[in-house]
Amino acid sequence: MAESVQHLRVRYAKHGRMRFASHRDIARAVERGVRKARLPIAYSAGFTPHPKISYAGAAATGMASEAEYLELALTSPCAPEAVRAGLDAALPDGIDVIEVTERGTEPPFARLEASQWQVTLPGVSHAVAQTAVGEFLAADRVEVERLTKKGPRRMDARAAVISMELDRRADGAPGDDCGILRMVVRHTTPAVRPDDILAALDSVAGLAPSAPPLVTRLAQGLLDRGCEA
Amino acid sequence: MVESVYSRLEPLLPRVRKPIQYIGGELNSVLKDWESAQVRWCLMYPDAYEVGLPNQGLQILYEVLNGCDGVLAERTYSVWPDLEALMREHGIPQFTVDGHRPVGEFDLLGVSFATELGYTNLLTALDLSGIPLAAADRDDSHPVVLAGGHAAFNPEPIAEFIDGAVLGDGEQAVLTVTSLVRDWKAAGRPGGRDGLLLRLAIDGGVYVPRFYDVTYLADGRIGSVRPNRPGVPGSVAKHTLMDLDDWPYPGKPLVPVAETVHERYSVEIFRGCTRGCRFCQAGMITRPVRERSKATITSMVETGLAATGFSEVGLLSLSSSDHSEIHEVARGLASQYEGTKTGLSLPSTRVDSFNVTLADELTRGGRRSGLTFAPEGGSDRIRKVINKMVTEEDLIRTVTTAYSSGWRQVKLYFMCGLPTETDEDVMAIAGLAKRVIKAGREATGRRDIRATVSIGGFVPKPHTPFQWTAQCPAQTVDARLRALAGALRSDPGYGRSIGFRYHDGQPSIIEGLLSRGDRRVAGVIRAVWEDGGRFDGWSEHFAFDRWARAAQTALAGTPVDLDWYTTRERGYEEILPWDHLDAGLDRDWLWQDWQDAVAPGGAAEVDDCRWTPCYECGVCPAMGTEIQTSPMGVPGGRTSLPLIPTAASPAVSTEAGRG
Repeated sequence: MAESVQHLRVRYAKHGRMRFASHRDIARAVERGVRKARLPIAYSAGFTPHPKISYAGAAATGMASEAEYLELALTSPCAPEAVRAGLDAALPDGIDVIEVTERGTEPPFARLEASQWQVTLPGVSHAVAQTAVGEFLAADRVEVERLTKKGPRRMDARAAVISMELDRRADGAPGDDCGILRMVVRHTTPAVRPDDILAALDSVAGLAPSAPPLVTRLAQGLLDRGCEA
Repeated sequence: MVESVYSRLEPLLPRVRKPIQYIGGELNSVLKDWESAQVRWCLMYPDAYEVGLPNQGLQILYEVLNGCDGVLAERTYSVWPDLEALMREHGIPQFTVDGHRPVGEFDLLGVSFATELGYTNLLTALDLSGIPLAAADRDDSHPVVLAGGHAAFNPEPIAEFIDGAVLGDGEQAVLTVTSLVRDWKAAGRPGGRDGLLLRLAIDGGVYVPRFYDVTYLADGRIGSVRPNRPGVPGSVAKHTLMDLDDWPYPGKPLVPVAETVHERYSVEIFRGCTRGCRFCQAGMITRPVRERSKATITSMVETGLAATGFSEVGLLSLSSSDHSEIHEVARGLASQYEGTKTGLSLPSTRVDSFNVTLADELTRGGRRSGLTFAPEGGSDRIRKVINKMVTEEDLIRTVTTAYSSGWRQVKLYFMCGLPTETDEDVMAIAGLAKRVIKAGREATGRRDIRATVSIGGFVPKPHTPFQWTAQCPAQTVDARLRALAGALRSDPGYGRSIGFRYHDGQPSIIEGLLSRGDRRVAGVIRAVWEDGGRFDGWSEHFAFDRWARAAQTALAGTPVDLDWYTTRERGYEEILPWDHLDAGLDRDWLWQDWQDAVAPGGAAEVDDCRWTPCYECGVCPAMGTEIQTSPMGVPGGRTSLPLIPTAASPAVSTEAGRG
């Protein structure tokens, strides 16, 4: 079994139609992409060896992301840019490899403390959204419940939110029927997801979009560095 | 200008299960410019995306057609009821996954039927497309609806809904149809829709049901089937691709993002089968045998893996180890891909000791978890009836060899309700399974070996020697399966080592109705569909009572009913609904084989004609051809069984989640 000599950190996007890919879908696609790109991937030992690819917390099915992260363990060193180009070409359009860097000696995904999200709210005017954001930010706690595989789970959606604001661009524009929300959310356990926060906005201010919101992760990073990876 | 419906579909997708199956965008998918194409095909597999995407036939035609200048092919699959309801609510038509273009805008809709249970899904797709269900109600603006696949060898039950059926291999046939459509459009559509269909029927080798009149006798049997237009052939022949090496498809297989039932690169190593199993429609209608050469197989695997990144290769055919160079092919691929974590598997192979060696070779260095054998019948007697020539001794020896070479799990496939079958034939399966375990334990000294008995109801199919037989009633099948289950569990010494999986008898009866039905069955299909029938191949959607009720209503006032179509034996003189469709098989040969099967003194067996030249079934003379094997070929052992390595490492060969 060849040893891993290089750990590459891969930032990739899933957007457009591919936002409907689940994490499992992405993982299968990446595994095949790695083979198609002929990367010298390391395999786990054992009865059924698996390629050593690890993933940071993935955006949920239906959410787009410009900043997903995975890590590849390679058995011979490769130029990061060559890996980026090769892997990107081996993946379907919409799963796009943006950047590949060497992880070095840092622990995996050490820098991913928080995410910046953008949420487009169909049928919600700027003014209505503004009120909801104000009420949400003014609250100390906003508990929401989500059904998980282990049953219903209650969490405080407010505590995880570092910042939340409306994109000014949509304000008063002709056909202003689509509020655009931007927020920075701390990665917690259990995770507070954008849909939990939307549920919280609904519970404090009755915010109810007319169609499913379009949620996009714009960035992940360290909190004190303003959410840049 | 034809617009994509995606922007209207997208807001609905978060509300349905597994939206990924509706978005397309697979690696190696093709999206061509609409305006510059002269002929536009929509290809459909009438089942869920997860089952339809891996279908070889559809992928081959998609690639062949898109490889032609001026021709465009996109794909569509059945939408689940959750999306169907939303599409109806929001007025979104059936769409292709490639361009999300409305299916109703294409020139042709080609639907591949691997099974008759997709018929209700055809109606859903037509209806969602805005295409009238009845072919007679369509005008020049509607696509020409063509059926293909094995079920197209008796398309009579859906004759009302299709414009035509293409029998046999599709590669050249779709090109012929394409050029006829192109010429017709270029000439200003002479004769309209009818004119095109006439050209397809006369020059395209397409069966166009509307050009044939069917009359019935007072007792319900068919009186006659006659062409009603000059020039239309009295009998429509199947299409046969003679040189598979000239058609190395798929070369760039689709790689789905969604999870599907098969995730591997499949190469068809030969087409056709000469084993002569009397129940097997695929084996009969795909004759003669045409092999791909070792060189073509090797290069297809290379390019296929490079184009996809798949980690498993399936060497497909109806009986893969019958390929005359299989050993060289297997050894070559095993060596070439050793250490690359590439799994190789031979679905549908027969097994004798030679074939266990072959399976060993393919999995060297990998995991050996399960092999599948298909003795089909429980007793030597019934296996002779179905011409599955293997004795219990052969089977035990083969399975013991498998256990001894490290395989831990053996699956045994059987059918229930075969012609002449008695309770004893089915109960013999229990004894066989126990002797398999006993022999395996003795050979390996281990207690952890397992066998799973998998059994379903036999459905008589057109163009086989059993096309005349009475189908076994569902109650009888179910009673035998219950008794078998009891016998398998009765012995605590074996109970835990033997698994049992079975399919109820009722779905087989409906499959039987659709397989051997005639044009009158269309009313039943329509009634079931109107009552909400969808996805009949899925046990959670299939409803026998709905079908039984619909048959009663739709066939009221006729001399025929569900039993008439299924559990009734047919005579030599009876005109069968598919007699005017020519699979290349001589009808008298089929009849003689049927008589041999049920001969009072015990069934007579038929040799495999791959090795012993024979021209009796009629295929070779009719096609002006011969069985094609490689000059390297050597006869394999005669006593053999299909084998499927179910988990060649690191294979992800899942069985379809259906039952």
